[in-house]
Amino acid sequence: MTEKKTKKKGMRRRKFLKFSGVGIGLMIGGVHLTRHMWRRTIFEMAETTVPAYMGDTKQPMLWFQVSPENEIILHCSKVEMGQGTFTGLAQMAAEELEVDIDRIKVVHAATDTGNIDGMSTGGSMSIASLWKPMREMAATMREMLKAKAAEKLGIAISALTIANGVISGGGKSMTYGEVVEGVTDWEVPDVPPLKDRKDYKYIGKPVPRIDLRDKVIGAPIFGMDAEMEDMLYGSVVRSRLIGATMSNFDTSEAEKMPGVVKIINDSDFVGVVAKSYTEANNARKKIKFDYNVDKTWNLSDIEEAIQVGNGNKTVIQKEGKAVKDVDGEGEVMELEFKSPIGAHAQIEPNGALAYYKDGKVTIKMSTQVISITQKEVAKALGLKAEGVNLIPMYLGGGFGRKLHTPNAIQAAKMSKAVGKPVKCFFDRKQEFQNDTFRPPTHHIVRGKLSPEGKMVALEHNFASGDVAFNSALLPGAIKPVLGADVGAIRGGAIMYKGIENHRATYYHVDLPFATSFWRSLGLLANTFAIESFIDEMAIKAGKNPVDFRLDHLVDDGAFGTRIRNVIKACADKAGYTDKPSGNKAMGFAASIDAGSPCAQIAEVSIENGRIKVHKVVAALDCGIAVNPDQVRAQVEGCICMGISASMFEKMDLKDNKLFPIIYGPYKMALMKDSPKEIETVLVEGADFAGPVGEPPLGPIAAAIGNAVRRLTGKRLTELPLEL
Amino acid sequence: MKISFNINGEAQSVDVDGQTPLLWVIRDMLSLKGTKFGCGKAACGACTIHVNGEAVRSCSYAVKFAEGKEITTIEGLSEGDNMHPVQQAWIEEIVPQCGYCQPGFMMATAAMLEKIPNPTDEDIDNNIVNICRCATYYRMRKAIHRAAELKNTNT
Repeated sequence: MTEKKTKKKGMRRRKFLKFSGVGIGLMIGGVHLTRHMWRRTIFEMAETTVPAYMGDTKQPMLWFQVSPENEIILHCSKVEMGQGTFTGLAQMAAEELEVDIDRIKVVHAATDTGNIDGMSTGGSMSIASLWKPMREMAATMREMLKAKAAEKLGIAISALTIANGVISGGGKSMTYGEVVEGVTDWEVPDVPPLKDRKDYKYIGKPVPRIDLRDKVIGAPIFGMDAEMEDMLYGSVVRSRLIGATMSNFDTSEAEKMPGVVKIINDSDFVGVVAKSYTEANNARKKIKFDYNVDKTWNLSDIEEAIQVGNGNKTVIQKEGKAVKDVDGEGEVMELEFKSPIGAHAQIEPNGALAYYKDGKVTIKMSTQVISITQKEVAKALGLKAEGVNLIPMYLGGGFGRKLHTPNAIQAAKMSKAVGKPVKCFFDRKQEFQNDTFRPPTHHIVRGKLSPEGKMVALEHNFASGDVAFNSALLPGAIKPVLGADVGAIRGGAIMYKGIENHRATYYHVDLPFATSFWRSLGLLANTFAIESFIDEMAIKAGKNPVDFRLDHLVDDGAFGTRIRNVIKACADKAGYTDKPSGNKAMGFAASIDAGSPCAQIAEVSIENGRIKVHKVVAALDCGIAVNPDQVRAQVEGCICMGISASMFEKMDLKDNKLFPIIYGPYKMALMKDSPKEIETVLVEGADFAGPVGEPPLGPIAAAIGNAVRRLTGKRLTELPLEL
Repeated sequence: MKISFNINGEAQSVDVDGQTPLLWVIRDMLSLKGTKFGCGKAACGACTIHVNGEAVRSCSYAVKFAEGKEITTIEGLSEGDNMHPVQQAWIEEIVPQCGYCQPGFMMATAAMLEKIPNPTDEDIDNNIVNICRCATYYRMRKAIHRAAELKNTNT
């Protein structure tokens, strides 16, 4: 591309960023009188809008590299953590680049390439936020290749045709690989028109995952697998107790342990560098220190704190009156719900391999926040961001756990101290005890049913802790502006707009331990509360719960219609009935998250006094399913992970110790607990690719609880669900 | 101490503290990264390998016990370019998501199929007790049945 063009594009981008900054500035400055309205608009948008991708999508050359062998290497700024993003993006790129998908290889973009996502990989936004930009970049790149080919072949662009990465015309032809040879200057034209949906060859097809082979042969692709020559291993001390500080470190015994290279006594942490992982870990365990504890914490303290009415109150949704102010005949009902502290429990621990050399740091690791990790390391070592080259690796599970990456700083500091590459990662105990947990929740749902069996009022009052707040993803100044934690309220608003009076009120409570993003954030617990309550109301009204829901959803040609269609598709597919059959019953629930509605029906029995889920039928509307097979895989995964979270998982707290700290005691669903049948209906109710990775986690807990209610008459109001 | 064993058909000798978990010898000394670290307490199964044909959780297996044994890791499960039926089935059913735990599951499955060539759902429930956080259990179950089919057709 030409210099001039670069500048112009660059300027356009800077302008945009500045504009955003002004917007936030205004909000923080405080349009105080209208802040409630503002807030509610923001919260509603957060429920349904896909935020724009925050990185450069104007320079296709940042993303696509063409090899001499005519292979397209897509340098991806989003990370692959199982969600299938690499495959979906490859499909979108292949579509507009006019190459067979086998020619596309996707790799993580190292920050040195300059292709950096300013935000994170998360929120089910990778495919959704790149839906248009990726196809536009691929189409633009194709035109750029065509223009260069015309120049090299001496043939008019209009006379050229493309088939699988080969440009032909006038009896001559050139591969993309040949076209790019020797070219350093690219002219970036305007974005050409994109293909019509009816012409798609790859989008909408169940292409096998492009990382399938590597993952089946055990290729060394994960952060944990990273190696550098002559590398050492690090291990850091982490607090076993919450609400505690550590002091008086005594490292004398650790120093004498075999394999120890150096004890690191940094202002941020104390750790060991040793010749092997086991030696580093064994030595670290010999470090002695004192805990300073101000207050004793037990689970009962947390449960007392997380209560509707405590903390900072924010009305996130308000239509009409509160339940108590609604006149007229009718029955008022109220139910209380609770969900526990949840652990991420991803199998690959957090860690990083860093090498500090000549004032520059190279890092190989799995992280969901490439740009934030890069900047944090740079700051900690007194470097500019460019002084850190972060080479992202595949994630052995993210689920929100890899949005906090202190290991990168620790590894970099250790490397600087010893002059060699150091790989530093947590052990499993540290992963559990120092997790950034899913916060517990408390809900009071209240509703009023008219004598005709119609809901006239519904309110969801709920309390939770930090999800987005106090995370690197949200500027600290935004907390007082928003009031409510935008992560904790996911799924907390009432989607039944047909209920004349509906509102949702959130209470934010500060907890004495770190809580943060856990796949689907507040959605799992919020949907459990609301959808269990709706089911109870349907029973009270003597209505089929599917019809009852449809009665209260507005056919508005927008989200109301999309939710209705998903509910109907799910009920049809499962042949839903609210009457138990034999020893089994079906439970129904639905939700909308990030604009993707999902409904699920769980078929459940009670065996030996325990809940058994036999089959789940799901309907999801994510708009265009770029890869229907991988969308189904996400639905299946969400269902089984949701079963784990809603039937088994919970953390406990005693004398400042969070536990369990190991799999097994931290109960999770295994093969035996997962349904043998899962059916997924994809309702493509929009003409864009919407979020997939989290929305299907919404309905499952309520669907199971509602089935148990039909089967036993008992309403379960606490997660994990127990009889 | 010096310990000798066969790994994926090749003779190997390592000089290491005998208490070192075999997992770390495989991963960091022999640089075979397909065997994963998950918990270090034999609780998740990500490190499952075969020792003399038995599924073993290598994070809790001291290397000194490997003396003279036949060890197979995921890298040695296929024979050259010929994937093991379990791997073939995993590809057919497109099982992996993040993929981190999958080698452990495939090794556990391969060992089970040697003992139970036609596992029932109950056999699978009782024998495959690793943890997958992406919760790919639904496809894994299908893949295990398919692997049994493929294996029985091949032999």
